[in-house]
Amino acid sequence: MSRQTKSTSRIDSEVDATYGIDVSKVDTAVLARITAMAFRHKARMAIAIVATLSAGGFQLFVPQFLGQAVDLARGLLAGAAEGSSGRAAAEEALATTALLLLASAVARGLFTMMQNYQGEAVGQLIGYRLRLEYYRKLQSLSFSWHDRVHTGDLMTRGILDIEGVRLWVDTGILRSILLTVLIGGGATILMQNDTTLALVALGFVPIVGVRASFARLKLRDTWIALQDQMSLLTKVMEENLGGIRVVRAFAAQAHEMVRYDGVANEALEIASRRVRLFVHSTTQMTFVYFLAMGATLWVGGEKVIDGEITLGQLTEALAFMLILQMPVRQIGWMINSIARASTCGGRLFNVLDLEPSIGDTPDARPLEVTEGVVRFEAVDFRYPTWAKNDRTLAEIEIEARPGKMVGIVGPPGSGKTTIAQLLGRYYDVSGGRITIDGQDIRNVTLESLRNTVSIVQQEPFLFTSSIDHNVAYGDPWAGRSSIERSSQAAQLHAYIKALPGAYDTLVGERGVSLSGGQRQRLSIARAILPDAKVLVFDDSTAAVDAATEKRIRDALRDFVSDRAVIVIAHRLTSLMHADEIIFVEAGRIVERGSHDELMTAGGRYRQLYELQSRETGDEQ
Amino acid sequence: MSPTPTPTPTPADTRPPLAVVGSQISQDEELFGRAFDKWVVRRFMAYLVPYKKRIALGVVFVLLFTMTQLSIPLIVRWAIDGALAEGSRDVDLLHRVGGLFFAVVVANYLANHFMETLVGRTAQNLLFDLRRAMYAHLQFVSLSFMDKTEAGRLMSRLQGDVYALQEFLESSIFAIGDLVLLFGIVIVMLSLDARLGGLSLSVVLLLFLVRVIWLPMARKAFMAAREASSTTNAALAENVHGVRAIQELSREDVNFQLFDEKASENLRAHLRASKFTNVMIPIVDTLTGSAMAIVIVLGGAMVLDDDLDIGIMVAFLFYVQRFFDPIRSLTIQYSIMQRAMAAGQRIFEVTDVEIDVKDAPDAADPAEIDGAIEFRDVTFGYEPGNPILRDITFAVAPGETVALVGPTGSGKTSTTALVHRFYDVWKGEVLVGGRDVRQMTQNSLGRHIAMVLQEPFLFSATIEDNIRYAKSDASREQIIDAAKAVGAHDFIMRLDRGYGTQLDQRGSNLSLGQRQLISFARALVADASILVLDEATASVDSYTELEIQRALARLLQGRTAMVIAHRLATIRGADRIIVLNEGRIVEQGSHDELMKLGGLYARLYRMNYASFDDIPEDEIRGAVEADNGGAT
Repeated sequence: MSRQTKSTSRIDSEVDATYGIDVSKVDTAVLARITAMAFRHKARMAIAIVATLSAGGFQLFVPQFLGQAVDLARGLLAGAAEGSSGRAAAEEALATTALLLLASAVARGLFTMMQNYQGEAVGQLIGYRLRLEYYRKLQSLSFSWHDRVHTGDLMTRGILDIEGVRLWVDTGILRSILLTVLIGGGATILMQNDTTLALVALGFVPIVGVRASFARLKLRDTWIALQDQMSLLTKVMEENLGGIRVVRAFAAQAHEMVRYDGVANEALEIASRRVRLFVHSTTQMTFVYFLAMGATLWVGGEKVIDGEITLGQLTEALAFMLILQMPVRQIGWMINSIARASTCGGRLFNVLDLEPSIGDTPDARPLEVTEGVVRFEAVDFRYPTWAKNDRTLAEIEIEARPGKMVGIVGPPGSGKTTIAQLLGRYYDVSGGRITIDGQDIRNVTLESLRNTVSIVQQEPFLFTSSIDHNVAYGDPWAGRSSIERSSQAAQLHAYIKALPGAYDTLVGERGVSLSGGQRQRLSIARAILPDAKVLVFDDSTAAVDAATEKRIRDALRDFVSDRAVIVIAHRLTSLMHADEIIFVEAGRIVERGSHDELMTAGGRYRQLYELQSRETGDEQ
Repeated sequence: MSPTPTPTPTPADTRPPLAVVGSQISQDEELFGRAFDKWVVRRFMAYLVPYKKRIALGVVFVLLFTMTQLSIPLIVRWAIDGALAEGSRDVDLLHRVGGLFFAVVVANYLANHFMETLVGRTAQNLLFDLRRAMYAHLQFVSLSFMDKTEAGRLMSRLQGDVYALQEFLESSIFAIGDLVLLFGIVIVMLSLDARLGGLSLSVVLLLFLVRVIWLPMARKAFMAAREASSTTNAALAENVHGVRAIQELSREDVNFQLFDEKASENLRAHLRASKFTNVMIPIVDTLTGSAMAIVIVLGGAMVLDDDLDIGIMVAFLFYVQRFFDPIRSLTIQYSIMQRAMAAGQRIFEVTDVEIDVKDAPDAADPAEIDGAIEFRDVTFGYEPGNPILRDITFAVAPGETVALVGPTGSGKTSTTALVHRFYDVWKGEVLVGGRDVRQMTQNSLGRHIAMVLQEPFLFSATIEDNIRYAKSDASREQIIDAAKAVGAHDFIMRLDRGYGTQLDQRGSNLSLGQRQLISFARALVADASILVLDEATASVDSYTELEIQRALARLLQGRTAMVIAHRLATIRGADRIIVLNEGRIVEQGSHDELMKLGGLYARLYRMNYASFDDIPEDEIRGAVEADNGGAT
């Protein structure tokens, strides 16, 4: 009665790796990794960095020219007695300064454009690459992993987390460089004018630095917490919408709102904490910055009065500080994005670094099908982290030959489905081996194996696409005639023809909805379309009525004459015509033989047969 | 292994594959709204009402903050002209100015702090309010809306659109400050020296000119980028949801190629959009430089002529330098605003979906009802002009079990949905416990009617919580009793953590049969006097099947029951069978009576299918026609 094989104690170690983000470790390693990814685009990064340095450099000219202009205007005011020639020279000098200033503004603009564009380009390239890698990785991870992971969470990683990582190049790397240039360069220039004034002006830098790094750590923690809470909220909402009929049926709206509010309020709490932290750190940084500016005016003013520096030099120092206002304001955003990049990156890399539990061996070759004989040789199987030792497979011996049909039956949890999964290599055997034409399936490429073995599932997935796309999913190059032929065999053709758009009708989430039986028939059509030498039906006609199933069986006869067929079913009519029927119980084969032989033997098979015929046939 | 001189073309060479990734139909949603949509803004304002005071206070702080920022160049000017200029050197004044500067800085800090805290937290509150409003609304909108709308699309509104608004609200703090600062600078500059101010600000006109040309082109590029993102994400979603089919059918490589095409297109579109964003930078910088050059040349000349204080020139230079920062960030703000408006529109679309089924003001909430159900002349459908049920009249006595039977589309599910008032009838009335369902609160209907749906939907909570779902105050004992009664206790106990076992998404770590038993236990705990059950069609294995039949018998005990029956065993066990066809009752009675009658039921029954749903369409049509022929 229990179906433990599909149930809870199978904890995939992969999953733990996904969910357990080690907060203390990820930080710098993650950032280093993203940075390394950025520097893979050498030329672009080189241009971006040179552009950043140049943009910073040109920006530093601006205060100098401003100071010069002030001194020119003022200095010549003092010496106005010199007459009209002096006046002309002064105007000329002012014009020159203005032109130089304009030139450096233009240059700064151009270089900033390059910096931003290249920074964003590298970010986008990284995003592109990560997107592909992520897509690929999801394709290769095992079913059991996908069973465990919430789909909404996978989407968040694929969309928002990639976004967070992408922004690191621009807001993280390049902005830090710019800030360093501005502060470093500014300090050097100011030092040349007046050491004390320079120290006063830049006194805020270390304070801001310390404040920022503290804030960064705290912000990162809240980011992680917020991310987790938001994905919990996603889960709650997704389930509610998916199960809305249950909610309505029990008039449980109030209950659902309580559940939602519990999670949402917690999220709001964390989000508000994040705002608080963020505001505290940014406003304090701005405050310290303005204090330094006031001090510059004060100390600088005294120096002007004492004649130590000119008014132009004071203007220069102040103008320089003005340039820093925007970057200081952005430091807050920068640390925010660093925190975000490291959390998002951590979450993303957790998935990307998973080693698929099943993969090609280094020397895997394509499977060479000569005859198409499948053999289970003394196969033992235990789920990787299966706690208890029971209910796995032991000493399974099966031979399936082309043109022959093997039926597998047994109580729930006996391991029937596991046999199909082993053959498609969704798990690896723990003992013995499975061969196809003498080749161990572990030594051949997965792709060639799965092209050879076609498994028809009980609950097929419909892609939001036309019916012919769906039928031809396993072989997109199939012609219309073979699509129709397999639909015909699956007893679906007449139904499709009656649809308004026939084979072009859209199915899936937004299209025509198919009944359970129709879905299963589509899945059969899908599975027999590619020329797979081994066909496995895993309870794939449970929702198809007996009469249609018989018609499918008759129609399939042409298809299977040169293919080996394994039928797993609980409805005996589905497999009683098999050449050999195997009765599995608790992971072992307890009976085998043809229907007649097993009926004569009078064992478990016969009991099941009697149970089933009483269920439907006692009226007559 | 020798290479053939003329390789036969693989199918891949001859034509493209019959394959796409992601949804084939383009997103019919507007991705980019206008930058300013009055309707959206007006709707949005309603959500601001609870935060009136905070917002007003926030505005005060924004103004204060801007004023302090505006005053800094003025203070510098005062220092220069009053204390530092030749001939008027004044250390005392400098100290006073310095003191003032510090006072302004403190005020600036406080204003900044309160402004950001207030606005930031209000923004967060607003987002959660909006999301909650949407979510709460969805709990009550008509089920036909929910049937039509994909859960995924609603999720993207609950998340993506709210996120777009978050981006907008968070940056709007600065945008408002920037805008005020912009006006402040213009006013201060013009009042300090109208001529110099006017001349140096004239370059701003050029900027407007540039933007008029730039905007339509940039808009197109931004739109393309958004669209590329959304199709790429749709393809990713398909990969996540359909991963099993993809692996089974070895579609990894083909799909990866197709995804790569989409992702590359996405990359190209974003790079193009980025070019448009960044091309504005040198333009703005050039204009800033020009404005400064004007101040230096003209202002310098005015200073030389003694027409202008040197301090004013310095202040001008500072203002010009600050002037373009807000413009730059407002440029970025523009696309965020567009996105926010489109998002707002989609959010309010959801909150505007009408709720058809509402409690009447004087709706009754009886503590007990007797469990009778009656349909009087009920006509009902989902689309106007296309009734699903026509003039249905029947009554179910308390304690009676009635099986609804009929081919697909005959109106069985609609009938059960009306008992629970999921929809309102067009004509006639539905009575539960002798009361019109429209005169009862929906809560009381939920309490008195337990429903078991065809698809046993479970939540990702513990088994215990799932069974408790209908009655949150059920005790542990009640839960175990219910589980025992439906035969679920044994397999639950065999799980690692028994009743505390956490279920995966939609209970996928249990078999279909097990999920069904748990949904039975859930209905049993609800302990309602009426049970509405839609029997599952997918057959489970014979062992579980037996358990389910046994559980069903237990569940029906002492209750009024309306069962959409698919299995013959269930149908035969019912007190009465109502046969529906094309929205009308064609016959009713017990199994034996109907068999004797020899009508549609008897015909269908004799076809000997395990379930009525299994009967192929043509055979049903044949039976119906034969039945009609026999009747006339």
